[in-house]
Amino acid sequence: MNAPAQHPPSIRTACPYCGVGCGVLAAPDGRGGAAIFGDPAHPANFGRLCSKGSALGETLGLKTRLLHPMQRQGDGSLEQVNWDRALDQIASGFRAIIERNGPDAVAFYLSGQLLTEDYYVANKLMKGFVGTANVDTNSRLCMASSVAGHRRAFGADMVPGTYSDLDQADLIVLVGSNAAWCHPVLFQRMVANKRERGAKIVVIDPRKTATTEEADLFLPVKPGMDTVVFSALLAFLAGNTKVDRAYVAANTDGLDAALARAREIAPDLQTVSRQAGISKNVLAEFFALFAETKKVVTCYSQGVNQSAQGTDKVNAIINCHLATGRIGQPGMGPFSLTGQPNAMGGREVGGLANQLAAHMNFTPPEIERVGRFWKAANMAQREGLKAVQMFEAISAGKIKALWVMATNPAVSLPDASVIRHALRKLDLLVVSENVRANDTISSGAHILLPAAAWGEKDGTVTNSERRISRQRPFLPLPGDAKPDWWIVTQVARRMGYAEAFGYQTPADIFREHAALSAFENDGSRDFDLGALADIGNEDFDRLDPVQWPQRTRNADETRFFAQGGFYTADGKGRFIAPESPALKEQTSEGFPLRLNTGRVRDQWHTMTRTGLSPRLGNHLPEPYVEVHPADAGIYELQDGDYARLRSRHGACVLKVQISDGQQRGSVFAPIHWNDETASSARIGELVMPVTDPFSGQPEAKATPVMIAPEPYRLRGFVLAKDPVLLPAGTWWSRVALAGGYGHLLASNEPLEKWRVWARQLTDGSELAEFVDAPRQIYRIAAFRDGRLQSCLFVGPAEAAPQWDAVKALFDSEALEDSQRRILLSGKSADGLAATGPVVCACFGVSLGAIRNAISSGGACDVAAIGKALRAGTNCGSCLPELKRIVTQHLSEQRDERTTATV
Amino acid sequence: MSERLVIVGNGMAATRLVEELSAQSLGRYAVAVIGEESRLAYNRVLLSSVLAGEADSADIELKSARWWRDGGVTVRYGVPASQVDIASKMVTLADGTVLAFSKLIFATGSKPLRLRVPGADLEGVLTFRDVTDIDAMSAAVRRGRKVAVIGGGLLGLEAAYGMARCGADVTVLHLMDRLMERQLDERAAAMLKAAVEEKGIHVVLNADTESFIGDYRVEGVALKDGRTIAADTVIVAAGITPNTALAREAGLKTGRGVLVDDHLQTSIPDIYAIGECAEHRGLCYGLVEPAYEQAKVLAAHLAGKDARYDGSLLATNLKVSGVHVFSAGDFMGGDGSECLTFSDPGLGTYKKLVIAGGKLVGAVLFGDTADGLWYLDLIRSGTPVEKFRDDLIFGRALVERMAA
Repeated sequence: MNAPAQHPPSIRTACPYCGVGCGVLAAPDGRGGAAIFGDPAHPANFGRLCSKGSALGETLGLKTRLLHPMQRQGDGSLEQVNWDRALDQIASGFRAIIERNGPDAVAFYLSGQLLTEDYYVANKLMKGFVGTANVDTNSRLCMASSVAGHRRAFGADMVPGTYSDLDQADLIVLVGSNAAWCHPVLFQRMVANKRERGAKIVVIDPRKTATTEEADLFLPVKPGMDTVVFSALLAFLAGNTKVDRAYVAANTDGLDAALARAREIAPDLQTVSRQAGISKNVLAEFFALFAETKKVVTCYSQGVNQSAQGTDKVNAIINCHLATGRIGQPGMGPFSLTGQPNAMGGREVGGLANQLAAHMNFTPPEIERVGRFWKAANMAQREGLKAVQMFEAISAGKIKALWVMATNPAVSLPDASVIRHALRKLDLLVVSENVRANDTISSGAHILLPAAAWGEKDGTVTNSERRISRQRPFLPLPGDAKPDWWIVTQVARRMGYAEAFGYQTPADIFREHAALSAFENDGSRDFDLGALADIGNEDFDRLDPVQWPQRTRNADETRFFAQGGFYTADGKGRFIAPESPALKEQTSEGFPLRLNTGRVRDQWHTMTRTGLSPRLGNHLPEPYVEVHPADAGIYELQDGDYARLRSRHGACVLKVQISDGQQRGSVFAPIHWNDETASSARIGELVMPVTDPFSGQPEAKATPVMIAPEPYRLRGFVLAKDPVLLPAGTWWSRVALAGGYGHLLASNEPLEKWRVWARQLTDGSELAEFVDAPRQIYRIAAFRDGRLQSCLFVGPAEAAPQWDAVKALFDSEALEDSQRRILLSGKSADGLAATGPVVCACFGVSLGAIRNAISSGGACDVAAIGKALRAGTNCGSCLPELKRIVTQHLSEQRDERTTATV
Repeated sequence: MSERLVIVGNGMAATRLVEELSAQSLGRYAVAVIGEESRLAYNRVLLSSVLAGEADSADIELKSARWWRDGGVTVRYGVPASQVDIASKMVTLADGTVLAFSKLIFATGSKPLRLRVPGADLEGVLTFRDVTDIDAMSAAVRRGRKVAVIGGGLLGLEAAYGMARCGADVTVLHLMDRLMERQLDERAAAMLKAAVEEKGIHVVLNADTESFIGDYRVEGVALKDGRTIAADTVIVAAGITPNTALAREAGLKTGRGVLVDDHLQTSIPDIYAIGECAEHRGLCYGLVEPAYEQAKVLAAHLAGKDARYDGSLLATNLKVSGVHVFSAGDFMGGDGSECLTFSDPGLGTYKKLVIAGGKLVGAVLFGDTADGLWYLDLIRSGTPVEKFRDDLIFGRALVERMAA
């Protein structure tokens, strides 16, 4: 046969990152890896992927994976055990604590990374059989305020619109969302709408971000003052006869009270302008734009949710849509952009402490109904503890056993140091994980369970537009790894609930989940998958992305509430009068600045997965803090230097980025870094543990902090095949590289100490060394068989060594002599020195290459750069950056010409 | 009528001077060259290559007989000059010939230092200076197989390498604690030792010769510390002595060499000295580069131009095949200077640069010597290097690319 080599069939699955829920095609290479493409047929992304999604193939290795159950020994070490032993230990451990201290002494802390089926069995075990609702999830840190806001306004946790509304809107308002970085694929849909249909984009955010670069109007709102803006908007709409009286009268309740409150909060434009920190003109322009544009979608994300008044903010936004009747129609509505791949699925099964199951709550009839369906005799009777309270209860010794699945609370929760101490108090801490080491595991986990990872998992997830997609396996389960649903099921059986946990496949669980959603529903509950309750195993495997509800009858609802039909007792939507906005904690002389936190473009959560990708590590390899130039002056900070950021709860040392995108008085730091990836950058440690009264979501973006320079005399980097332990006192940040790990460092140790330390790097290799002691320069590289094994570069802070050229050679085969001779110069041997940071992570296009393309005259706009270098043509999340680069470069060229002619 | 210009000596300095004269003052002088060695001038530097069998004795001739003839130069080789009469401006040759001169240039070179130790006159104790030495050494290799070379400097190592290439079992005996101590720092010297040993040559350091053992023919070397090294041939390459006898006897001032000023003129007007026999500002050079520089300056001076010789910056190149060594300037560094080093033993490379006052003042290169001349230029020109200091040790190509 001479047939061409067949590509292995691609598997259709879904991306494990944000709530956009993009479809992914994975073509396994048969060696544990896979080629990754966007799924052109998936309605969330139509083939696009962002930088993170595109790099999924680089995250598939087993290098960091936990592959066997492990049990903590008396001496503190972790020892491999078999599944039977691990599961027995968990079952008996939980049982003993429940018998001794009652069911509320145990808890599960779950994650938006779990599949719906995993979530379902965990929730069922706790709420139906153990008899406690102490089941909470990292969605509490992410979406809880939206859930609470939806429930208050709509009577159910319902996102009323769909992604296609973003294509059809004439005005898109983004509130507290850096969608360009955090939901790039959706953002590009918005930008396409702007380009093709002329839609306007308004951004309301305390800082200028990549998202604001596309904004027609930018409202630089003061931290926490979103409700002022939307109260003023509501008052403006009412005062300008923009209220849809008929809709309001027929379908809603509470406008008068809400409006009265809005007028209290926003009595006049002057007050609003002062409180919100936005000029009157800009406010007036926004109000007019909103008032005059019927098709308006308001998207909101963590800037709204992660707040002690997050639920009120959500309702202040929804109020404006209810008042204008702009909801549930094409191109209209409030739209919560979910953070996690399956936060929505978790909410659907009820995997939060204040939900029961399938959008049912802790009301006696619903407890009874669910109990009947589950044949559960031991139903939890009341809400459980939400995340922050759950960890307070652990700290207080009230909760004695905790099972953490697929999340890293020792990094991500507020006041993260206290969380670590709390974890150590537990009699039993079980962690289901993909990786062998993280900050939570190192907080004293007793039993580690190797969970299946993305690419191995089999089940469903739901995205921000209620669309259920299959995550399908395309890799075998490595080692002893097992799916989370299997692990929970096994423990449930060992605890004596074999009959209720007889599942053999994820499809068994999905059918039960679907059946429960339809159980005695008859349209009374929004969440209904009745049409899928009898799905066969093969149909489940083939299931196309599908939006809920999927009722047995009336199957084509895609938008909600255009004609009312809210899930409240009287069917009417509710206006909610928000509290007057105020941040929970005031700044003071000791802590004069506000800490805002968030994501960067190319990392996800605590970097467990994205941290494995060299491409992604290129974008922003170091934890940083963004500071306004004026504040930098006051606190004596220099761009590129280091600063100690301190709150009442903890401290970090971060690289300073001076940016006029920051507001004065406000600093921003990313959430991703942790003790596995940096010396001192666990930002959760600083965040204050105050929460929203309705959602329990912590105020993660307004902690009072102090900043001060943290000087280091030396800078440098280490490249090594494995992570290295740097001398105590070293500031470091670690990123994955092709072929190993890069460590950026800063230090006050004498040069000589580094020379001694470097010896350990270089065991048994050929060494090359460059020393210029008077200049404080020391560089050493170790070679084996001509290949670069490791290297250390240290130099004076004012001339920090650059690693681009060295990195480029790190994964090479044996180096040419000419390359090796020049390696320790830190310059490339091929005339392409210092290419600068990677701008387009999808195609690895560097700033240098882009500048070259522009200055060579070949590319004078973003589109031409895309044609020449492919930069920006995949996920598009670097397009704002590209645009800035072009503008800057062209203006520099102009300046040069002007100078030349003078 | 041309002025009579007589050059005593028929070596590399003399040849270069003739060459320069013909370029700078063609026809002004009637040149006569008197040589002791019985052949036309040759490239002495390549003798070690001849010994090693890497070059043929015929190939090393500097200029052909025809070149000399066409240049109108009277060449008298195989006849040493025996006397110079300053007053009457006459040179007498050993065969009685008398040559009158209006300008006289001493380019008499140097001779190997002889060790004043018992047994120094035993048969088999050789020196390494000229082609006849090469013949003796080659013959010795054919006869005997154990060779001791006294002196681990440039010449000694080249001799040792040549003998080893011919199949001898060679031991280098060096007085100091490292090889080529006047050209190399400790680290480069250690690498050189390793490289030399790699070629099958034994190296004994701190080896102070007490005597040569043997009755008629040498049988070994006895060291002051009691060690003895068996050898049926000993090559003494422990340094050179400028040939100054003729000049001294003529009444010129001499020190170690013939004293010259910045015009290369001796204590007597119209009489000059260049090359290894000359002593300028207290220094006698044992390398060809200063001789060439002196020849150039002297030719200009003789052409009536204003030219001065300020001394030479020494640069050393060792010609042992596969072993690349370069050193120049103040390579040891000291107070007020700063050292940069690069080493990659895996590539056999070591570099050290010495910077003082923002300028390069010295360099030692081992292994990768490609940029030696560039460093030498930087040292000579006193170019400020701080701007490209971080790239300097990685070579000219990088520095120039970064500047482009």
